Amino acid sequence: MALLLASAIGILVASGVYLLLRPRTFSVVVGLALLSYAVNLFLFAMGRAVFLQPPLISASAAGYADPLPQALVLTAIVINLGMTALLLALAVRGRVATGTDHVDGVAGQPGPEREKPAS
Amino acid sequence: MNLLLAVLLPLAVGPWLLPLAGRLGRSAAAWTAAALTAAALALVSDIAPAVLAGETVVASWPWFPQLGLSVSFRLDGLSLLFAGLILVIGLLVILYARYYLSEEDSMGRLLGLLMLFMGAMLGVVMSENLLLLFVFWELTSLSSFLLVGYWNQRPDARQGARMALAVTASGGLALLGGIILLYLITGTFELTGILASNREIVAHPLYTPMLVLVVLGAFTKSAQFPFHFWLPQAMAAPTPVSAYLHSATMVKAGVFLMARLYPALSGTDLFFFLVSGTGIVTLAFAAVVAIFQHDLKGLLAYSTVSHLGLIMFLIGLESPLSAVAAVFHIVNHATFKASLFMAAGIIDHETGSRDMRKLNGLFKYMPITATLAMVAAAAMAGVPLLNGFLSKEMFFGEALGVRDEFPLWWLFPLVATLAGACSVAYSIRFIHDVFFNGEPVGLTKKPHEPPRWMRVPVELLVAVCLVVGLVPAQIMPPILTVAAQAILGAPPPDFSLAIWHGFNTPLAMSMVAMALGASLYFGLQRFYNLHRIEGGLAIGGRAFHALVAWLVRVSEYVVGAVANGSLQRYLVLLLIATLGVGIVPFVRHDYQPGTVAAEPIHGAAAVVWLLLVASAIATAVFHRQRLDALVTLGIAGLASAVAFIGLSAPDLALTQLSVEVVSIILMLLALYLLPQDSPREGSPLRHGRDLLIALAAGGGIAALVYAVLTRPLETLSWFYLQESVPGGGGSNVVNVILVDFRGFDTFGEITVLAIASIVVYALLRTLRMDVPATGAPPPDEDRHPLMLRIASRALLPFALLVAAYLFLRGHNQPGGGFVAGLVTAVALTVQYLASGIDWTEYRLGVRFYRVAGLGLLVAGATGVGSFFFGAPFLTSAHGHPRVPVLGELPLASAALFDLGVYLTVVGAMVLSLAALSHVNRNRAS
Repeated sequence: MALLLASAIGILVASGVYLLLRPRTFSVVVGLALLSYAVNLFLFAMGRAVFLQPPLISASAAGYADPLPQALVLTAIVINLGMTALLLALAVRGRVATGTDHVDGVAGQPGPEREKPAS
Repeated sequence: MNLLLAVLLPLAVGPWLLPLAGRLGRSAAAWTAAALTAAALALVSDIAPAVLAGETVVASWPWFPQLGLSVSFRLDGLSLLFAGLILVIGLLVILYARYYLSEEDSMGRLLGLLMLFMGAMLGVVMSENLLLLFVFWELTSLSSFLLVGYWNQRPDARQGARMALAVTASGGLALLGGIILLYLITGTFELTGILASNREIVAHPLYTPMLVLVVLGAFTKSAQFPFHFWLPQAMAAPTPVSAYLHSATMVKAGVFLMARLYPALSGTDLFFFLVSGTGIVTLAFAAVVAIFQHDLKGLLAYSTVSHLGLIMFLIGLESPLSAVAAVFHIVNHATFKASLFMAAGIIDHETGSRDMRKLNGLFKYMPITATLAMVAAAAMAGVPLLNGFLSKEMFFGEALGVRDEFPLWWLFPLVATLAGACSVAYSIRFIHDVFFNGEPVGLTKKPHEPPRWMRVPVELLVAVCLVVGLVPAQIMPPILTVAAQAILGAPPPDFSLAIWHGFNTPLAMSMVAMALGASLYFGLQRFYNLHRIEGGLAIGGRAFHALVAWLVRVSEYVVGAVANGSLQRYLVLLLIATLGVGIVPFVRHDYQPGTVAAEPIHGAAAVVWLLLVASAIATAVFHRQRLDALVTLGIAGLASAVAFIGLSAPDLALTQLSVEVVSIILMLLALYLLPQDSPREGSPLRHGRDLLIALAAGGGIAALVYAVLTRPLETLSWFYLQESVPGGGGSNVVNVILVDFRGFDTFGEITVLAIASIVVYALLRTLRMDVPATGAPPPDEDRHPLMLRIASRALLPFALLVAAYLFLRGHNQPGGGFVAGLVTAVALTVQYLASGIDWTEYRLGVRFYRVAGLGLLVAGATGVGSFFFGAPFLTSAHGHPRVPVLGELPLASAALFDLGVYLTVVGAMVLSLAALSHVNRNRAS
C-alpha cells in the first residue's frame, strides 16, 4: 500500500510541476491544482494509511486514524480553492492587461527585458 | 525604578512630547526638553551618593527570559560619570540649540530627536544586560543618523547621515556577534556575571573572534582609524548635534564599551595591541590630518578622532592609573570640545562661514567669544592651568609606562609627543587663523557677538575647564575613583591631581610638544602657505565610496544576470534551487526505506490508484486542449476524494467532493474568458528540461513518502482522541480540532479565504472584456433553459436542508462548517447558472462580501467572548454554558465559531463565482 500511495503522490507532483513550467497561465492554474492534490495527500500520508477507521469516537471502534493531518488537510483543501479563484482572477485580469495569456505577458517570447536596474 | 524612569523619560516621552511643545513655540519646546532632562538628572542624582560611596546599584525586570534578555540597569561609577556628562551637557546643548536654530527649522523635531538620543545613550551607559545595551547602542546610531540628516534638503547632510549609519550600524552588527560569542563563553548576558569571569573568557578558544568583533563595534562607533572617516562627514549636522553627539557623548560610546568590558576582556597581549595600538595610530593620524583642515568643524572633528584615539590607547594599557587618566580625559575632552564646537557654531551663525581661509581677525568683532574659544583651545592643546593639561600629563606618563610591556616601548612616548605637538599646532591654528591673522575675507555678514544666552553654555563649560585646571584635587577625585574602580574591578591606586609635580619626564614631553607644535604651525603658515594645501588624507572615505560603488556594481550584475523579467525563468530557477536543497538530506543521510512490513494491496485501492495516476498524466499530456484537461483534472480530484473515503477520512472526502464542484465551475467560467487551447511552443530541449525537473521532483517526493510510510508512526494525536469528547464535547475529532483545539488556526485560514475572495472581487469588479475572440463557442441562444431553471429552484431548499444537516451534525459526525458552506455555495451557484446573475442577485438581495465579513465577525466575536470570562482567546465553553438563554445548549461556543466558518466559506465562494460570472456578462452584452 505504501508503494501505491507514494507513487500516486509522486506522479501527481511530476504532472503538476511539468504544467507549472508551461508558458500559459491556464496551464499553471491546472498544474497548481494537481500539485495541491499531491500536497494534500502528502500531508495526509504523514498520518499513515489506515483503512476504514475514521476518527469518530465511539465505543465500538477498533481504532482510529490520525485525526491531526486530516484537520490540516481539510483547511488546506478549502484554502486551495480560494487560491485557485485568486489565480484565475489574476489570469483573466492579466490577459486583459497584456492582451495575451502568456505568463510573461508577451506571447511567444522567452522573456521581455522589462526593467533594467538603474546604473 | 529611578534608572528605568531616567531612561524612559527622554526616550519614550521626549520624541512625542516635543513636536507638540514645538507648536507652542521655540521656547516652549526648549523648556519641555530641559524639564525632562532635569527630571532625569534628579532621578540619577538621587542614587548618586550610594554610587559615590562605592556601591553598584542594579535594578532588573524580566523581559524575554528565554532569550536571556532582561530590562536590567546598573549604576556604578563609570555609568554615573557618563550619565552625568550626558545629562549636564544635554541641558547646555538644549539651551544653546534654542538660539542656534533659525526660525524656519523645526525646534520640536531637533529637540525630540535629541531626547531620543539622550535616552538611548543613557540606556547604553546604564545597561546591565548586554542585549539591552545593544538595543540602546543601535538606537544611538539611528538617532545619530536622523540628527546628521536633520537638514534633509542638503545633499551633504543626507550623504553624511548615510555614511555614519552604514559604518556604525555595521559595527553594531559585529558587536552583536561579539555579544553572542561572549554569551556562549560565559552563559550569561548580565554584566555582573561577565565581568567576574575574566579568566574563563581569555582562556576560551572563542576569545579572539569575540574580541575582534567587540572592538569592531567600539572602533566604528568611536571613529577609530581606519573607520574614522564618517565622523568628519557627520559635521553636516547642526552644530548642537555635533557638540553633543559627535564630540561629547555618542562617539564616546565605543570608548565606554571598552572601559565597561575591561575587567572581562583585558589581560592579554591581543587586547593591548588591538586597543592601545589602534588608539595610538588614530591619535597620531588624526592629529596630523586636523592641521590641514580648512573647515572649522572639520578641524574639530579630526581633533575629536585624535582625542578618542588617546582615550582608547589609555584603556588598552595594563596599568591601573591609565584607567584614571582615561576617565579624567573623557570628562576634560567633553568640556573643552563641546565648548569649542559651540564657539564654532556661534562663529558660523554670526558670520555665515566656517572656512578658516575666510575667517580672520574676528577678535575685534567678538572679543568675548574669542576669549572663551581661546581658553578652550588652550585646554585642548594641553596648556598648564587648564584641565587638558592635567590629563595629557597623565597620558604622557602612561605612554612612558609601556616600557614594562613591550620591547619597542620608546615608540609610544615618541609618537605621543609628536601627536601632542600636532594637537598644539591645530589648536594654535584654530586661535590664530580665526581670531587674528589679518581681516575677514569675503564674508556675507558683518560679524558680531551672539545673543547673551547663546554664549552662556560656552561660558559655563570654559569655567569648568578653568576650575578643574586650577583646583583639580578639590573636585575630581571622588568621581574619578569610583569610575576607575568600575573599569578596573578593584579600587585604583592612590593618585594625586596637582598642577605641579616637579620637573619630570611628562612635563618635559609637554614642553617639547608645545615648542614643536608652535614652530610647526607658524612654519607651515610662513613657508608653505597652509591655506593653499588641499585635501588632507581621505583614505578611509575613498575606500568606503569605492566599496559602496563595488557593491552596487556587483548587485547590478547579479540582478541583470538573474532577473530578466521572465516569470517562467524565475520559476525554473526556484524549482531547481528547491530540488538542490531537497537532495542534500538524501545524499547526506543515505536514503533508506523503513522496515514496517508492507500491507497487501486491496483491489479497490488499485482501481482508485489507476484512476488517479491516469487522469493526472492525461491532464499533463493533453493540457493544450484545455477543456479536456479540465475533465481529467476533475477525475483526479474525484479519485482523491474516493481515496479519502477508503483512508478513513470521511470529512476530507466530503470537502474534496464539494470543493471539486466549485473549483471546476470556477475554472470553466475563467476558461470562457481565456483562449480555449494552448499553442504548441517551446523547443524540445526546454520540454525535456521541464520533464526532467518534474520527474526529479515527483521521484523525490515519492521516495520521501515511501520512507515515511514504511516507518512506525509517532504522533501526538492520542491527546486529541482522548480529549475530544470530554474536552471538546464532540465525537468527530477532526471537527473538534478545527473549531476547538486549533480554532485559532482555523480563524486565520478563513481570514485568508475571505481576503482572497475580496481580492478576486476587486480585480474583476470593473473588468470589461474587449479582447479578440478566443475560439469559445458563442453564447447559447437559450441561456437559461427552462428545465434547469425550474429544477434548480425546486432543489434549492433541499440543498440548503442538506447543508443545515451537515452543519448541525458536524461536531459528532462527518460534516461541519466548511462542508456545509461549500454545499450552500454550490446550491447558490447553480441558481446563478440556471437563472442568470440579475435574477439571482435580485432574489437573494445579499452582498456576499458582507456575508464573508459577517462570518469573520461571528468567529472573531466568539473568540473575544472568552475574554469576558477571563479565559484566553477562543477558549471553548462546552459543558459550561456562558450565555444564560443558551444555557441548555451543550455546544454553545464551538458551534457559534463553526457558524462563522460556514458564513465565511459561503460568502467567499459565492463572491468569487459571481465576480467571474460578472465579467462573462459584461463581455456578452
